Parts: sequence; structure tokens; C-alpha cells
Amino acid sequence: MDLLEYQGKQLFRDHGVPTSEGRPAQTADEAVEAAEELGYPVVVKAQVLIGGRGKAGGIKVAGDREEARDHAEAIIGMDIRGFTVHELYVEKASQIAEEYYAAILLDRGAKRPMVMLSRMGGMDVEEIAERDPTAIARVHIDPLVGFQDFHGRRLAFEAGIAEDVIRPTGAVLNRLYETFVAEDAMLIEVNPLLVTEARDVVALDAKVTVDDNALYRHPNIAALRNPGASDEQEQMARERGLTYVKLDGNIGILGNGAGLVMSTLDVVAQAGGRPANFLDAGGGSRAEAIVDAVEVILSDARVDAVLFNIFGGITRCDEVANGLVTAFGQIDVTAPFVVRLDGTNDEEGRRILAEAGLPNVHVEKTMLGAAARVVELTGAGAADGGVGAPSVSGAEPTR
Amino acid sequence: MSILVGADTKLVVSGLTGREGSFHGLNNRRYGTDLVAGVTPGKGGGDVEGVPIFDTVHDAVAETGANTSMVFVPPRFAADSILEAADAGVELVVCITEGIPAHDMLRVYTDLRRGPTRLIGPNCPGVLSPGQANVGIIPAHFFSQGGVGLVSRSGTLTYQIGNELAGRGFGNSTIVGIGGDPIVGSSFIDVIALFEHDPDTKLIVMCGEIGGDEEERTADYIAEHISKPVVAYIAGFTAPPGKTMGHAGAIVSGSSGTAQAKAEALEAQGVRVGRTPTGVAEVAAELSGAAA
Repeated sequence: MDLLEYQGKQLFRDHGVPTSEGRPAQTADEAVEAAEELGYPVVVKAQVLIGGRGKAGGIKVAGDREEARDHAEAIIGMDIRGFTVHELYVEKASQIAEEYYAAILLDRGAKRPMVMLSRMGGMDVEEIAERDPTAIARVHIDPLVGFQDFHGRRLAFEAGIAEDVIRPTGAVLNRLYETFVAEDAMLIEVNPLLVTEARDVVALDAKVTVDDNALYRHPNIAALRNPGASDEQEQMARERGLTYVKLDGNIGILGNGAGLVMSTLDVVAQAGGRPANFLDAGGGSRAEAIVDAVEVILSDARVDAVLFNIFGGITRCDEVANGLVTAFGQIDVTAPFVVRLDGTNDEEGRRILAEAGLPNVHVEKTMLGAAARVVELTGAGAADGGVGAPSVSGAEPTR
Repeated sequence: MSILVGADTKLVVSGLTGREGSFHGLNNRRYGTDLVAGVTPGKGGGDVEGVPIFDTVHDAVAETGANTSMVFVPPRFAADSILEAADAGVELVVCITEGIPAHDMLRVYTDLRRGPTRLIGPNCPGVLSPGQANVGIIPAHFFSQGGVGLVSRSGTLTYQIGNELAGRGFGNSTIVGIGGDPIVGSSFIDVIALFEHDPDTKLIVMCGEIGGDEEERTADYIAEHISKPVVAYIAGFTAPPGKTMGHAGAIVSGSSGTAQAKAEALEAQGVRVGRTPTGVAEVAAELSGAAA
């Protein structure tokens, strides 16, 4: 789960990481009120889960009440690289002396947390690495020992930061590491990590990703809602306990097991089709889950055809077939379906589908055959979604 | 022969009294796995269809000589169960549980690497040595004994590929699901090294997916250390960056962890990569023909 800047900063403050004073706001009135409380100058910042806010005009300094209102009104509703701004963060402006970069991430290769520090803040880390690969200092932390003072010193000396802030920077990194562990973060990025003219070290931005699997022990984070963070289908799928990712094509995809679904997307793309989504109905997919999944997939208006790719292990193909029959009974389905059932109880599953005589459902035995069929049904190489699938009249389930 | 599990396996299941644990644990026993014990705190002294239940893994090991543990408990208790099994001295822990927090796994991984216990998983389907033992949830009826060692980050995709291989007459020495989480106990390299030394394994199939750089590291390792033919498959060519594709570990971060980069790294080291599950079986047939 990705957090907005002000949500991340709240976690920072909880663990003693210095930040500037600020208030979140959802309307221009709230933003003005916040600015009045904080005292000018303030910075009005768009709260979106994407970088490059400043360049897009989503971060503006306001010197008085009128400017605060103007900026707030301009930024709310703004589109920043595909993300609509629903919230603002109004923060006391800082006197900037230096801008550093700090991050902690889970290094999967090393299977340890890695802390990074650079004196070249304000640009993104790829850009720093490109300009000067030696400008980023990195240390791995033993998770059973934790962050020690020497880690901070090594990073600071290696990164070549100003000598007078080596100790306070180490202290900030230590507290960021504490945040990282205590809040089950997968990523913490502070860019810039600011040195003020008063030589205080302050986190001026906060990018925090929290492990979804650990949200059960962070009810305060789990309760945060980021409007615009996920689209309608993704939201709907989450409420039903399904794993769904929206893609940009027109072929709805359902499978059981994440690896098999990823492979299905690839095979459909190779056959010339464009998947509309990733949907993993999970191991042991029960009939109710199938009904839910069909609803979610078909609620996306771009979907012209649907491919079910099931390899039954724990999942039983007869259960999937029953779910599909139930779904067709409850939902008005117009898009053609291609269903591939293989594995546990596959013959029984295919028999159930044949007997139900569902309109426009095509049964295939192999994954490649099913992919080719669904692409054919949407008209291979057809233009963007919205173009209707060619109607296949009187199609009977076939083997 | 086979790797990890076999005729010598004496299995203790943490969570045997639960719905999933008893279903799959007893399924493993029916397959022929020597299921010697279950562990559920507070239910020691009882049994599940004749399998004795103990309060602690230490008791189970002391009483039954269990050498392999399967963890089938909910995610918030799973890290504890893995550590308990390792502390009790079992040689192998197979953790099926999905959804364990990554920070828990960081600590578990670091601790286990300092001792003798090997961990497979979490978030994996387990380990099957056809004809000998099944520890986990892999549907054994698709697989027969043979010369292909199969190692994968995914469950159903493994069954799909195993089935394609079976369709071409291949059986398996051992099938290992290493798990779909960002931090898992054993890597492709760990398992492929075991296959290299297993006389029954003639050919190795590895099934990777987006996220991390495990496949890239494995490519280098294969070039340097593996004499047996290896066929690879990578899932997730169409996955967009920044989206978790079902498995917690399956995510392209920026430009790293893409399927394209993994396939290229493997091919650059001479490993053949099948473009589809069917293609993997075709390449395997070609290579084993060439090896014969």
C-alpha cells in the first residue's frame, strides 16, 4: 500500500523523524484555513501517488492568503501524469541550504534492508545514478541487529555530506530505519532530505510503501483511504477478496493461480490480443468466487470477450463450471466467453458447460487453443476497446 | 533418488488440526509420505486420524524423530512456526502459508541461514518427489517418476508446465515450489544445485516470473556450475510496472525485474527459454533428444 506524502510524514513524526509543520486539506477553504494557522509563506502540495509533482505545477509557494487560495484552487482537480489531485498538503515553507536524498528499501537479492544516502537530492535516484554512480552510498542492515550508529557514519562519510550535519543525518537515518521496521514498510524514500539554513535536517518529502501482508497489525494505516489510488474494478475486486489488476486491452482474463494468470496474459498477447485485466480467482476457486469474478470483469465496459484459463489442482473444474453457469443465470452476459478447463475434474466441468448450453461460450482444451480462440472472437488486430466483438450467433459449447 | 523429500522423510505438520492442514496433511499421507506427527498448542495428546498431536515441535521431534516440518498455519503465526521447527532441529521446513509479512521473513531468513535448517517457501505449493513423498499441496496425480527436476516460483503454472512435460512422456525426479514472496527460504540457485548432484535428475526446468533479480543471478550460476541441460520459462511479459501481479514478489519496479531482462539474461548464458508452457516441453524434448 502506497501512502500519500502527509500520511507518510505522520508515520515519520510518530517515530521522531523531523518534518515541517503542515496540514492536509481537501478543499481550497480548508487549505486557506491551514495556511492561516501555519503562517506564511506556505507550500501548497498536491497529494498524489506519483513523482514529478513539482514539474507538473503541483507544488506552489504562497506568500499570503490570496495566493494560498489561488494555488489551492488551481491544484485541486489537476491531473498529474494520470492521477487526479483530490487532496492537498499545506506546509510551512523551509529555508533550503542543502538537498540530500535518503531511502530504505528491501533488497530482495541480498535479503536485507538497504539504506541509501546521497548528497545530490531533489532529482530522482535514477538521475543521480546516471550523473554520478559514486554519489549514492549504500549499506545493508542485518535485520536481527538493526541500524547502528556506524551505519550512519559510513553512509554520511561515503556520501560526502557536509561535516556539520553528519551526526544529525545519522540520527534521522536511524529513526527512518525504526519507522521502516516498526511500520512494516517495503520502501521509504525521502527526497529531498533537507538541511535548512539553521542546519536542521528535515524530511521535506515522504514516499512510503507499506507491506499489504502486514496491514493486519497496522489498523491505523489500513484505515487510510486514498481516493484515486485504485480504479472502480480494482476497488470492487478488493471488496470481494479477488486479486485484480487493470490492464489496457479488451480481453477479460480469469485464471487460478498468479503464475498461470501471468502466463495466460503473455500467451494472449503473443496470439495478438490485448488483455484487459489480470484476475486470479485463487487456488480452490469456489463457485461464488467465480460469480464475483465474472461480475468484476464484465463491469469494465472495454471488455469485448473473456478468457477463463483453469488448470485444476486444488481447484476443481466442475466447481468452476458450476460457478460460470450460476453467473450466467445472474448476470446478463453479452460478451463471448472462451473457457479452458484442464486438470482435476475437467471432463465433468466440460460436461456441465455443454449441458447448460450457455450462449456464446466456447470450450477449449488447451491454453494456446483458448488464447487463439479468444483473440479470433475479438477480431485480431482490431482497433482500441469499444469496438464491438463480431457476433457469433448460435455458438454452442464445443469441445 | 530425488531431492529434499523422499522415502526418508518423516513429516510433522504445524496446523494439522486445522481444516486446510488436515486435508492436505492426510492427502500427503495417502500418497505415501510418512506423516508422523502434528503440532497444535493445547491439543497435545490428541490425534488426527491416528496421527499423534503434540503441543510443541520439540515434543514431536523427540517422540517421533520427525525430520521435516510442513507449516500450514495462518500468516500471523507462520514465522513463529518456522522458527520453532528450526529450533527443534528439523532438517527441512516447507511453509505453504501465503501472506506472511516481509519483515517477519527477513528475520526468519537471516536466522535460518545461520543454522542447518533449510526452508522452502513460504507462499509455495510444496515439494513432491513422485512415487516417494509429497509434502504440500501439489496435485500428485499429474506427475510420475522420471528425470526432470522442476523448480518454480508459482503453483498452478507448475502444474500446467508439468502437465505439458508429461504429455511428452517426461516424468519428474522432484518438483519444488520455492514460493512467490519477495523473501523465500530457498532460491532457484539452492534448488538447482541440489538437482545438479541428484543422479536421477537428467534435465532441469525452472519456471520464473517478474520481480527481483533471482533469475538473472541463476543464469550466471548455471553458466558456471551446472552441467545438466536447463530449460526456463518466465511469466509476466505483459505485466505493467509498479503493479503486484498476485504474488507479493511479482512486481516490476521501475525498469528492474522485467520478464524480458530475465529471459535475455538466461539466454545470454546459453539457457533455452520457452515462450509458452507448451514451448518449454518442446525445448525439453529437443534437449533430451540431443542429450540421449
